[in-house]
Order: sequence, then C-alpha cells, then structure tokens
Amino acid sequence: MALKIIVCAKQVPDTNEIKIDPVKKTLIREGVPSILNHDDANALEEALKIKDKYPDTHITVVSMGPPQAKDMLIECLAMGADEAVLASDRALGGSDTWATSNALAAAIAKLGAFDLIFAGRQAIDGDTAQVGPQIAEKLNLPQVTYVTDFEIQADLKSITVKRALEDGYEVIEIKTPCMLTAIKELNTPRYMSVGGIFEACKKDIPVWGAAELGVDPDKEVGLDASPTKVFRSFTPAPKGKGEMLEGETEKDVARKLLVGLKSKHVI
Amino acid sequence: MAIYVIEDKCKGCKLCIKACPFEAIDMADKLAVINEKCTSCKQCIAVCPFDAIGNDEKEVEKADLSAYKDVWVYAEQRAGAIMNVALELIGEGRRLAREIGPDTKVWAVLIGDKIEGLAQECFDYGADGVYILEDALLGKFTTDGYTKVFSDLITERKPEIVLFGATHIGRDLAPRVAARLNTGLTADCTRLDIKVSSYIDYAEKYTTQDTSDLDAASDDKGLKQTRPAFGGNLMATIITPNTRPQMATVRPGVMTRREKAEGAKGELVKADPQIAASDIRVNVKDIVKSAKELVSLTDADIICSGGRGLGSPEGFGLIKEFADKTGGVVGSSRAAVDAGWIDHAHQVGQTGTTVKPKLYFACGISGAIQHLAGMQSSDMIVAINKDPDAPIFEVADYGIVGDLYKVIPEIVAEWDNAEALFEATIDRSAE
Repeated sequence: MALKIIVCAKQVPDTNEIKIDPVKKTLIREGVPSILNHDDANALEEALKIKDKYPDTHITVVSMGPPQAKDMLIECLAMGADEAVLASDRALGGSDTWATSNALAAAIAKLGAFDLIFAGRQAIDGDTAQVGPQIAEKLNLPQVTYVTDFEIQADLKSITVKRALEDGYEVIEIKTPCMLTAIKELNTPRYMSVGGIFEACKKDIPVWGAAELGVDPDKEVGLDASPTKVFRSFTPAPKGKGEMLEGETEKDVARKLLVGLKSKHVI
Repeated sequence: MAIYVIEDKCKGCKLCIKACPFEAIDMADKLAVINEKCTSCKQCIAVCPFDAIGNDEKEVEKADLSAYKDVWVYAEQRAGAIMNVALELIGEGRRLAREIGPDTKVWAVLIGDKIEGLAQECFDYGADGVYILEDALLGKFTTDGYTKVFSDLITERKPEIVLFGATHIGRDLAPRVAARLNTGLTADCTRLDIKVSSYIDYAEKYTTQDTSDLDAASDDKGLKQTRPAFGGNLMATIITPNTRPQMATVRPGVMTRREKAEGAKGELVKADPQIAASDIRVNVKDIVKSAKELVSLTDADIICSGGRGLGSPEGFGLIKEFADKTGGVVGSSRAAVDAGWIDHAHQVGQTGTTVKPKLYFACGISGAIQHLAGMQSSDMIVAINKDPDAPIFEVADYGIVGDLYKVIPEIVAEWDNAEALFEATIDRSAE
C-alpha cells in the first residue's frame, strides 16, 4: 500500500535580498530572485525522505500563484517530487489566507485520496502561518504545526512527531490522514539532481483555474470573497539617523558613548 | 476585478511598476497592465500622477454585525501559568473596548483543566470579565479540542473582536478558529486602532502616509490592524469589514501590560464546553521543557546582540561578557542563528522575537530589514560595525565604526565609570 503525500509550496521573492533605496525610501526589487519558500523546502524534503525509505510513495506538490510559479514547481520535481499542480487564475488574485486555503483545499480534494499533507509553517513574504491550518480545517484534518521531528510506523498510519514550543517541545501521536507544517529544524533540504532536472523538464504541470477547481470567485476565492481587505499600505517611516562617534582610540569612543548614554538617562 | 488600469488616462510612465512591491504590473502596448500577482495593496494608486489606476472592490452587501459585542482575549495558559502576552493583550483589549464605547467590555477566555484560579490574575491586569472553559479533556492544548470549545463559545456569545498572542500555540489555534467561523484573521499585528482619529494620530506620528483622505470624525468602529508585510519592507493596515468577529494575533512584547491592580473585581462566567474524547484526534504524549536557559528578550531592559560580524561562535563569549556587565541579555541576528553560532531562542527580528528594550546594542549586525523590524522601536540603539555603510547605522542613535573586539572590551572596562565620566563633562562645561 503506497503512501500518497501532498506537499504545499509557494514561490516567494527572496525578502532577504530586498533593500530600501536610501534616498527615495522605496523598495528596490530589481534583481530580487523568486525562490521556493524555505519552510516549504523542509516540507518537501520530509516527504522525499519517506520516499527514500518507501520508494512506491507518490508525492504531489500543490501551489497557488502566477504562471511563473511553474519554475518553482519544476525545482520541486527536480528534487524528486513525482507530480506538480498549479492553481493559477486572475480570479484567485488578491486572496487572503481564508480564500487561499479554499483554493488549495479544492485542488487537494480534486487530486483524490491522500495520506499526508506537508506544508511549510509560513511563507517569508506574508509570515502569517495561517494557510496550513486553514487548509486542514477545510479538509477536516487533524494538524500539528511547527514540526521538528517526524517518524512513521511500519503500518504507514501511525505517526509520532515533535512539535516545537518557545521553551521546549511536545511529543504528539497522530494518525493519517493529517496535516503537518514543517520548520527548518526538521531537516536539511536536498539539492536538485542533474537527472532530476532533466526529468522535471519533460513533465507536464497542469494549471487549474477557478473553474477547474470548482470554486466560486464571488464567494470562495479572490479579493472580493476574502474576509480581510487592505485598508492602507505604506512604507514604515525611517528612524532618523543618529550620531556617529569617533575618537583617537577605542577607549575614547567608549567613553563618549557612556557619557552620551548617561546624559540621556539611559543608564 | 479590484485594481485596474484606466487605459485612456495611462501615459505609460511606469511609475506604478517601480512602486509595486509584488511585480504585479507589466507593460503591454505602452500601457500598464495589472497581472495576477496583485494583492490590491494600492501602492500604485498612490503614485500614479494621472489618476489612471482605479479600484473597483465590490461593495458586499452589509451583513448585520450589530449582534456582535465586546473584545475577547485568549488568555493562553501553559501548565497553569498565564503567558505574558495574554496579560499584555488584556491591557490592549481594554484600551480598544473603551475606544468602541463605554459599554464595551474586555473578556479574558481561559481554556484548560482546573484553571479557575487564574481568573483573578486576568482581573488584576484589566479584564472586565472572564470566561472559564474547563474540562479534563482540555488539560493539555490540542488544536482539535481548543478549536471546538472556543469556536462554540464565540458562536454562542458573539464577540466583536478576538485577540490571540502570536505564540506557537496561538498561531496554531487562531487560524483554525477563524476558518471554522469563516471570518478574517490578521497575523502578527504591531498596532491596533478602532477610531479613525486614533489611526490618523498613529499614521502621522510614525508613518510617511498621507492621511488627508481619512475622516477623523468618521463613526467607523472597525478594527484597523497594522502589521509588517513583505518581510517588514512594507506595512499594511488590514480590516475585516463584513464578517465577525474580527480576529488578530499580536506578537509577545509588542503591547504593554497595565499596572497590576491587585484584587480587582470582575464578572466570572463558567461556560459548559461540549467536548468528547472522540473530538480530539491527536495524543499529546509528552511536554518537554528544554533544559536550555530561557531567554527573556521581551522583558529585558538592555539587549546585547551579536551578528555575523562576530566572525565565529566564540564571539558570543564576548557578547555574554558584555551582557553580564550591563545587566542585559544576549540577542542575535538571524545570520548568527543560521550559522549555528547560537540558539534560535536568542534571535531578534521578523522571524525571531520582537523587542523594545531601553537600550539595544547591535554588535556586528548589518541590519537586514527583518532584523530592523524586530528591534527598531527600542528606546535607544547603539550600533558597532566595521562597515560604515551598514544599514544598521540608519536606525542607530549612536554609531561606532570599528572593530567590535576592540570597542566592546573598552565599553565593558569603562562601564562602571560612566557616572564619573559624565560628571567630568558637566564640570568642564561649567568652567
């Protein structure tokens, strides 16, 4: 009995590479690469580790995004996933986490029966950590978030995971089917293999729009259906630059600093 | 659909393309075209000099939201101790409740087993009322159990706003509850407002936005939820106009606790949670407290943080010495955590802890936007870095360009002389 695993992944701009124009105070996004979201790479890696042990495991990567997100899905295939599907449609644009989870839950349901869903805890562009749990709710699955350790028994049904807390961890038993969200402590994602890249480019990645997903743009997906709306958006006010301390020796500078801190009653 | 280009007004100037944070605008036949990456953030509308970008967000038929009342706070407890963030949120919830109106109350919601004794602490920190959801099956947090009883209580009692601490547990529970109730949830808020006038005050003081189109006298009492987006490069204020409750998570350390009013009184309501063992599909076998020292970055007055500029894990020895001398705690940048030099518990920033100490020392930290997002509201920031162009200097009150291995030992050596050094400067100026 082969395991069927779904991995949820997102293509994100590498927010570490974004800088602010010091004069205009606007984002400089030229040359910012689009990447597979970090936590999602950990989610895929864990699925691939299961496949290493049980080679008849079937892994499908599901994503939602613009057509360019196919590049990221090709990367997932080249890492070793069997199949990938992209939910993409202008009608899905502007979806908040509630609407996004409707679209992804519909895509997963359309793929048929599965044993496990792995998702990343959160995406680096939104940082909400909401889509994984909300997909689980819509598919009526139990969930464990912040997973740092995963073990599946030989029956391929009973799973033991460790879940990170701020000051320790929990050991949790859960049965398939279920949703698990991964953090970077779970594993180290592998690289694409040369053979994998070659094979990946030959694979067809279906693109499903709202109609194929069977979701209603007025009620379930997209901007209009989303319960949250952007009221305003703006760039944060830069804090004014302070005083640069200089001196002959490090001791002079240290003394100037302490005098400054003392004069302002900070210490 | 939402944001659109008014073709006969568009001059093809591409200003919107430069302003768009999401690469959601392309050029076609010398006109701007919105693509599917659009999140409706409206940055393009603000920059277009020709009013050539419109927004036709549909006005959804207004649901009757008048049945929803009061502000609730999830009073997260672990092993019988209330999390600090819950107490912070009770204070913030009270402030919001009073902004809505004099009859609006803040309620703390306690879920667990044998937790009634914690109600007094909620009153002491400002709760008008406390709901108790007690059952032996709720002794340990489970997503299934807590989602069910909390959602049931919300459905029955209809709060207008529900706030959660953005802890690992809050971020597991809140999205699940929001999805079950089909309402909106805004993650990791750093600022909450009710009245438009309060929002305008905030916007004018702390942001660069033009507020001239906002009406300070508006009777809009919806929750305005401001959060960093796009890795802290952009701030967004989110609203939940058509569904209730309005739900938000707030990171620990962002809001301020009220002064404790020992023995404060309030209304106590014991609810009757309907929960069966079959509702809970996981088995929490064990909860292990890590042996590692708990780092309380959010409570610290002084934080000494190290980054990649330390050059090696041993550099944290110097940072520890610095922290010991100043009575501070050790923080770090993500780069140092990713390099494996120090535990994640010390990480300050967007994916670590948000801090606002009285004094923050950034040592060998370049100042990536994610780091700045987590520390720039510190009262006083001192940056020590070799690179004079490091972005950290843009937010520093005092900047020192130099070798931290030479500068920090001098600060440590002179620390106890600060008073005398300061007196000496006064004496000189008096002469």
